[in-house]
Amino acid sequence: MTATPSSARRSFRFPLVLQIEPRMDSPRWLALLVSVVAVLLALVMGAVVLALVGGNPFRAYAHIAGAAFGSLGVFSDTLVKATPLIFTGTACAVAFKMKLWNIGAEGQFFMGALGASIVILAGVVSEDASRLVTLAAMVVGGALFGAAWGFIPGILKARLRVNEIITTLMLNYISFALVNYFIFGVWSEGGFQMTRTFQRAAWLPRISDLADQFPIMRGLTTHAGFILAVGVAIIAWYILFRSLWGYEIRLIGDNPRAAKYAGIKITRNTVLILMLSGGIAGLGGMSEIAGVIHRLQGSISPGYGFTGIIIAWLAKLNPLLVIPVSILFGGLILAGREIQPSGIPRLIQGIILFMLIASEVFLRYHIRLVRRPA
Amino acid sequence: MDPIIILHAGIATGTVLLFATLGEIFAERSGIMNLGLEGMMLIGAMSAFSITVATGNGLLGIVGAMLAAGALSMLHGVVTIHFQADQVVSGLALTFLGVGLALVFGEGLSKAGTISLLPRLTVPILSPVPVLGPIFFTNQSVLAYVGYMLVPFSWFFINRTRPGMHLRAVGENPSAADAMGINVYRQRYIYVLVGGLLAGLSGATISLAVSPGWFSELTTGGLGWIAVGLVIFAAWNPWRAAFGAYAFGALRRTILDIQGPQLLLGIRNPFFFNPYYGFFLQMLPFVFVIVVLIIASREALRKRIGAPAALGLPYVRGERGL
Repeated sequence: MTATPSSARRSFRFPLVLQIEPRMDSPRWLALLVSVVAVLLALVMGAVVLALVGGNPFRAYAHIAGAAFGSLGVFSDTLVKATPLIFTGTACAVAFKMKLWNIGAEGQFFMGALGASIVILAGVVSEDASRLVTLAAMVVGGALFGAAWGFIPGILKARLRVNEIITTLMLNYISFALVNYFIFGVWSEGGFQMTRTFQRAAWLPRISDLADQFPIMRGLTTHAGFILAVGVAIIAWYILFRSLWGYEIRLIGDNPRAAKYAGIKITRNTVLILMLSGGIAGLGGMSEIAGVIHRLQGSISPGYGFTGIIIAWLAKLNPLLVIPVSILFGGLILAGREIQPSGIPRLIQGIILFMLIASEVFLRYHIRLVRRPA
Repeated sequence: MDPIIILHAGIATGTVLLFATLGEIFAERSGIMNLGLEGMMLIGAMSAFSITVATGNGLLGIVGAMLAAGALSMLHGVVTIHFQADQVVSGLALTFLGVGLALVFGEGLSKAGTISLLPRLTVPILSPVPVLGPIFFTNQSVLAYVGYMLVPFSWFFINRTRPGMHLRAVGENPSAADAMGINVYRQRYIYVLVGGLLAGLSGATISLAVSPGWFSELTTGGLGWIAVGLVIFAAWNPWRAAFGAYAFGALRRTILDIQGPQLLLGIRNPFFFNPYYGFFLQMLPFVFVIVVLIIASREALRKRIGAPAALGLPYVRGERGL
């Protein structure tokens, strides 16, 4: 019998089939290629949505490119927007590496800003203290408050196994209300919902401060927070990928059971990593108010903490890669402010994240079209 | 500060949370955690309001909301079930996407027009019952009654029916379920969809029955995330979900009412004399969720009840493990 009944019934069979096999290893260039293609596809899909609601996607993207990277001046502004993202992206990468889902970088960012403001407004440093002393105290205040906001979910997770996704998220809302209490009720300046402007000693130096000697630097708003952010990212990379502690963290993230048998203290590391993550995000809040806003107010972040999640993922949880990815997203945020409707940047971020995690299937499997076997 | 009024009003917000929480219970019982509730609810609220403004038909609005949120949930389904992506990250992506889509398509919707609230009902026989009557069965939205019926139905379905047993099997031990002949993938798609449909209904409840209108992100204002927390508090049980949702609704109402009177329990009410203390009241719902999670976690440790064993884990045929 040559023809089985089933093939006799279906006279035509599509000559190609998808062959899916698990991959044993995935080369680096493939990971990069897949990520780039995923982001490009996401931008195309964002363009489709933009066209659907009556916008012109080509003009919008050209506008983004021009308004973010078109000249030295706007690139400097892009770096300003990238600075908080490097902090929050690094904060998320550090926690995610241990599979701790810190969704609270936004709240820790706000707490960092609050901590740095308390240093100035509650008189921890006197108004005529030197710039170095003032800024150092602000760094400590910001990092401490951020770390405290990471300690709460950390200790709850370690001691009581309370889900850290929910607690970090709830703490976001709590921190917004807390900051609002201070700017409305305690430090309100003349009835406005903001504090007084900080003294000059509490301002991070900007490139444009050197414009007297170098005229080309006039109007460049990039501030020292960028250097601090890059430094923090490099240190975080060193801790994660070059130190023994980082090895423990990565082992806990990849295989908690093996880590436990190896005698690694998971509970202590849970608390420490969430504090480190919160502290880094808190530094971001400090850098933003000391470098850009120079006062505490309600609108200090268009969601830097949440964008940090996407940045960390796009950077494959590598703090060094967080830096270039943040610069790209900084451009998107800078130029996206003028794009209407206002939900578009968020929408594109969501599509990018979706495309990224969906595309990872190509790293795990060989997917090929092959001739159907006879 | 009449407790009956507070509890009566709490049912409204409670119904919003109840639908979302029940939907998430179904999805998580099948092993798929969907953190995108906030996004799906916002899409639901936006769709329900815009369709109702355009057609004047609230029922169409509800159906549209459920379909929109259901479609969004299928995206999560494909990515987590077939592509085996991380459920946490996919859920976050869904939140971004849902909120973004809702803001884009809801642009200008706040001034689009007005709608009449869904009809409210008083049940003739039950409403005179003391305490329970005025709270549950007097002048409540039709959707509140849908909620009352959905709770026992969900419990019965999950715990006492054959499809419910399959649902639990897929969430607890998918490879054993597969060996039994249950299609794990299909089951998971079905219940992720159920979760999406109910999240859409939850969003529609906000914009059609609780506070009619479109207030962009403030329409949901974190309720989706609170529902995710309530699932854990409920220990994946519909009855406890109902208790948590209504208690939470009542708490929200208490927070609104507590700023009214000059005297509180015989002492000067600090929230009346210093309006800025209101910000601490705003924190309370979120503090409440954390406290409730701590209680639930302690109980889970003691009684050894916990999440469905395969929650968050992708199922791959022929691979070791769950």
